[in-house]
Amino acid sequence: MKETPLSNCERDFLLKAIQEKKRLDGRQTYDYRKLKIMFGTDFGCCFVELGKTRVMAQVSCELVAPKENRPNEGIMFFNIELSPMASPAFEQGRQSELSVKLNRQLERCLRNSKCIDLESLCVVSGEKVWQIRVDVHMLNHDGNLMDAASITAIASLCHFRRPDVGIQGDEVTVYSPDERDPIPLSIYHMPISVSFAFFQQGTYLLVDPCEREERVMDGLLMIAMNKHREICSIQSSGGIMLLKEQVMRCSKIASVKVSEITKLIMKALENDKTARKAGGKCGFAESMPQERITALKKDETAVEMTDVTERANDIVLNAEVPPQTSQSLLVPLPGMGQVGKDLQNSWGIEEYYQDEEEAFNSDEDKQTMMEVGEKQKVHDVVEISDSEEDEVVILQPEATDRAHKKTSSSSHLKEPAKSKKRHRK
Amino acid sequence: MLSRLKAKVGSVLLPGDEFCLDTTGADTISLAGPSKANKVVCGPGLRRSGDRLLVYKSGLLRHKEPNMFWMDAQHKRYVPAKGETVIGIVTSKSGDVFKVDIGGSEQASLSYLAFEGATKRNRPNVQVGDLLFAQLIVANKDMEAELVCVDSAGRANGMGVFGAGGLLFRVSLGLARRLLAPQSDLRAELEQLFPCEMVVGMNGRLWVKSTGVQRTLVLANLLESCENLTPVQRRQLFGKLAQGAL
Repeated sequence: MKETPLSNCERDFLLKAIQEKKRLDGRQTYDYRKLKIMFGTDFGCCFVELGKTRVMAQVSCELVAPKENRPNEGIMFFNIELSPMASPAFEQGRQSELSVKLNRQLERCLRNSKCIDLESLCVVSGEKVWQIRVDVHMLNHDGNLMDAASITAIASLCHFRRPDVGIQGDEVTVYSPDERDPIPLSIYHMPISVSFAFFQQGTYLLVDPCEREERVMDGLLMIAMNKHREICSIQSSGGIMLLKEQVMRCSKIASVKVSEITKLIMKALENDKTARKAGGKCGFAESMPQERITALKKDETAVEMTDVTERANDIVLNAEVPPQTSQSLLVPLPGMGQVGKDLQNSWGIEEYYQDEEEAFNSDEDKQTMMEVGEKQKVHDVVEISDSEEDEVVILQPEATDRAHKKTSSSSHLKEPAKSKKRHRK
Repeated sequence: MLSRLKAKVGSVLLPGDEFCLDTTGADTISLAGPSKANKVVCGPGLRRSGDRLLVYKSGLLRHKEPNMFWMDAQHKRYVPAKGETVIGIVTSKSGDVFKVDIGGSEQASLSYLAFEGATKRNRPNVQVGDLLFAQLIVANKDMEAELVCVDSAGRANGMGVFGAGGLLFRVSLGLARRLLAPQSDLRAELEQLFPCEMVVGMNGRLWVKSTGVQRTLVLANLLESCENLTPVQRRQLFGKLAQGAL
């Protein structure tokens, strides 16, 4: 299925807004979206939400024969799956350009930087080594898949525990988790990628572009760094030409962001560890906020209002239960506007719809009045035609009288619709 | 049958729930006077199939006197229906038709001649990527949807190409219907805020334009969050905006 095309007016508006340093969701130029990291019940399962972009990673391991030119090193294997769940533009099974690009970038970021000690994964040199496999699944695409994927991958690698192995002479015993505690991987450093989107040939830059911003951007610069300010990988795509100062500035911004994100990952890992030790429940089910099927909830949005001294902060009660193992990355700016975040049921019981009910009712009235005029039945129920598309017809908003008259209802119809209805029988 | 339906008004029903039509029920037989057949009018979300009344949209069952029932649903996925005015994005021009994306499962077609004052020589000025406000004249599951930008008398009546300078965004279908309702509180309150232009498509697409990028963004965010606000909260929010922003 093709995704919705971007209209010219959206493109113009976005570019104009960026020139005035405004983003759609009220962030500043260098702000990340709200980042949530959650771990599952299995070791090595991690779920990251960057705004609305959601990614999940799972790490697994297996004993295999090593590569011939590296007999005493383990093997790392990365795989990013773009499932159609993430976006209607992704097709199942097909290796799209984006998928190849993301895979390549993740490999460079994690493998070439040697963040994991591969020699510790060796069991019997030349014969048996551990193969660590990281599968990253995109669950929702709202921009900046690369950053989310890299955070998820490294967090799940840090969370993962491999089975303990005992060697007695020639015999190798792999202990199950019940017999001996599984041991974590030895990770030297945590490389995290930060993406910068460029607009107007490099004049404007945005950190962490959302999906719409990604569609209008000229080029993307991806810098993977760790908290010790070492650049692990750097990639520029889109063919934009950047000045040296711009790249330096980006790397400085990246180092700030990476240290914040690393702190967040460590905190999430800590929380998960304490939760497991305390025997408490941990995992996705616990960390998802309770949502009612009949309620709609939205995260708060910082909307900048001109000359506003008091913001709409205290209007909506913050009733959401915070997830156990996560915390929002950004401290909300003082006075950040908060709209729409509430447990109020949007189906409402009577009070929500009281003032809208009348208007809505009269709307629906006209639709079915027209249907009544069409069918003639002697039965209890007046049937509407099988085609469901027939039902909803918005006529001019006039007051209708409720008497069941075919003629009066059809008089409300517009001419072509009426004639078409007569023809179709 | 009517009484059974009435008993369920206001409760959440899911697709697949059914009401049996009971011709021998107490509703229809009356010993005292002439028995009148009880008609039940099904609105959107209810469909008759054989001897049952089926629910095919999840939501709350609503009732309006004397005998109309419908499912009140807050959906986001648009199914094209005849007569609805929608906002479409032109995706391609080919031959004599434009292909327009209206958010449904298939693209709709729009003829060159379906504009006010368009003739074979005088073609409308529509580019790929433009926004159109059009009305559906053919919309069923067996045929490709067709749009027109002109009403039955040949006048544009507000339809056609638009959109320079504003912002297009998506909301749920329920919110779009609420905005279009004749006496809409939401619209009345919005009018008090600041001068703006707004186009509401029944496919859940909204276009707003106001003086300046700032205000347009504020409006877009407001409308997106109006879905989740009760009327009281909304009035508070609008009140604060009116004091603070202007």
